[in-house]
Amino acid sequence: MEIDSMLEDDMKSQGVHVTSFEQLINWGRSSSLWPLQFGLACCAIEMIAATMAKYDMARFGAEVFRPSPRQADLMIVAGTVTKKMAPQVVRLYNQMAEPKYVIAMGACAISGGPFKEGYNVLKGIDRFIPVDVVIPGCPPRPEALLDGLLTLRAQIAKEKLMGSHRARHADPLGTAAFPVPECGAHDLEPTSNREIWHPLPVLREVEGVEA
Amino acid sequence: MSVDLETIQARLLDVLPAARITVRRNPGPAAQHSLLVDCADLVDVCRMLRDTPDLAFDYLSNVTGVDWLDSSMADAVAAPAEGEAAAPATGFLEVIYHLYSTTRRVGPLVLRARTIDRGANVQIPSVVAVFRSAEFQEREIFDLYGVEFTGHPDLRRILMWDGFEDHPMRKDYVAPDDCEYEPTPHAAVLQKAKRHYAPS
Repeated sequence: MEIDSMLEDDMKSQGVHVTSFEQLINWGRSSSLWPLQFGLACCAIEMIAATMAKYDMARFGAEVFRPSPRQADLMIVAGTVTKKMAPQVVRLYNQMAEPKYVIAMGACAISGGPFKEGYNVLKGIDRFIPVDVVIPGCPPRPEALLDGLLTLRAQIAKEKLMGSHRARHADPLGTAAFPVPECGAHDLEPTSNREIWHPLPVLREVEGVEA
Repeated sequence: MSVDLETIQARLLDVLPAARITVRRNPGPAAQHSLLVDCADLVDVCRMLRDTPDLAFDYLSNVTGVDWLDSSMADAVAAPAEGEAAAPATGFLEVIYHLYSTTRRVGPLVLRARTIDRGANVQIPSVVAVFRSAEFQEREIFDLYGVEFTGHPDLRRILMWDGFEDHPMRKDYVAPDDCEYEPTPHAAVLQKAKRHYAPS
């Protein structure tokens, strides 16, 4: 149920606060995101910088980096995910308790970035786990990570906990764990989770190839 | 400071008269000449280079590999001397060692060792017994090129996972075709991405 914002402001001025459970829960969640403490490459250095005094991620309630996935609710995939590392990243995600969110930080975590042609680089972590916020950059500056965090907070604030459009974690039938790929003889098996990864259809004009 | 390869070759042949060691000249502007050492003599040559007091090559700085699919290129960068046989046409793998002497402050001394072919006969003796620093580098060459270092204490893959079967730095390696979606394709990536374009 939506509250009339003018009525809400009016009551606030009288010292009466009105809210809904949904807003209250989302406010609590978005205000104390505990990221999982792990970094994969140079993006992790920017992530560390973002937590330190100069950029101070603590201002947004996300300074408590947890060394255990059981205690974390935000996974910042900061850096190149190699195919050797991908099963461990997915397993860590599966071990996190719901509600959980993923930020893909930097070009490598989004698409493989400058190493896209590499034989051992996963071309985007969204092939195996659902990503909530992507932050472009190589590496993104700490301000960009803070902006990504604020974007995620805004998304959480709008989450529905009931009804047909409720969030994945509020759905009793929602998926909390995703299949962990195996390191096969030549590549990961499977190479992506087609249930959650839907690449954009490649339709463009190229000489010799009809779109 | 560079090293005089002919002198070193003569010193080595004094002690190891049966060894097959040839000087290979690099005709390019880099002019990084090298000693081509037969696989059977490699460990003895390394020990000799390290332990002879006036040679004292005590530091193995780098071990790397080359896959010579087209072996005429191997002779182009390391030219055989007059009368010396050309490289076998079947192609082979080559391991290159860069030795320095920290006490005499000379180097690099470049050694080359070649396998017989690129298929079953890819064995090269390990120099870990002489230079411990070769351990991880030989594992990396084993991983990426598929050179089998006989006598290595712990020959496992180091970068790729254990179940991986290919050798990615070989010239005929074909990487998995997993560029289904490419936002800004160009050059070789464009050719790869085209295979995934929707048929008309």
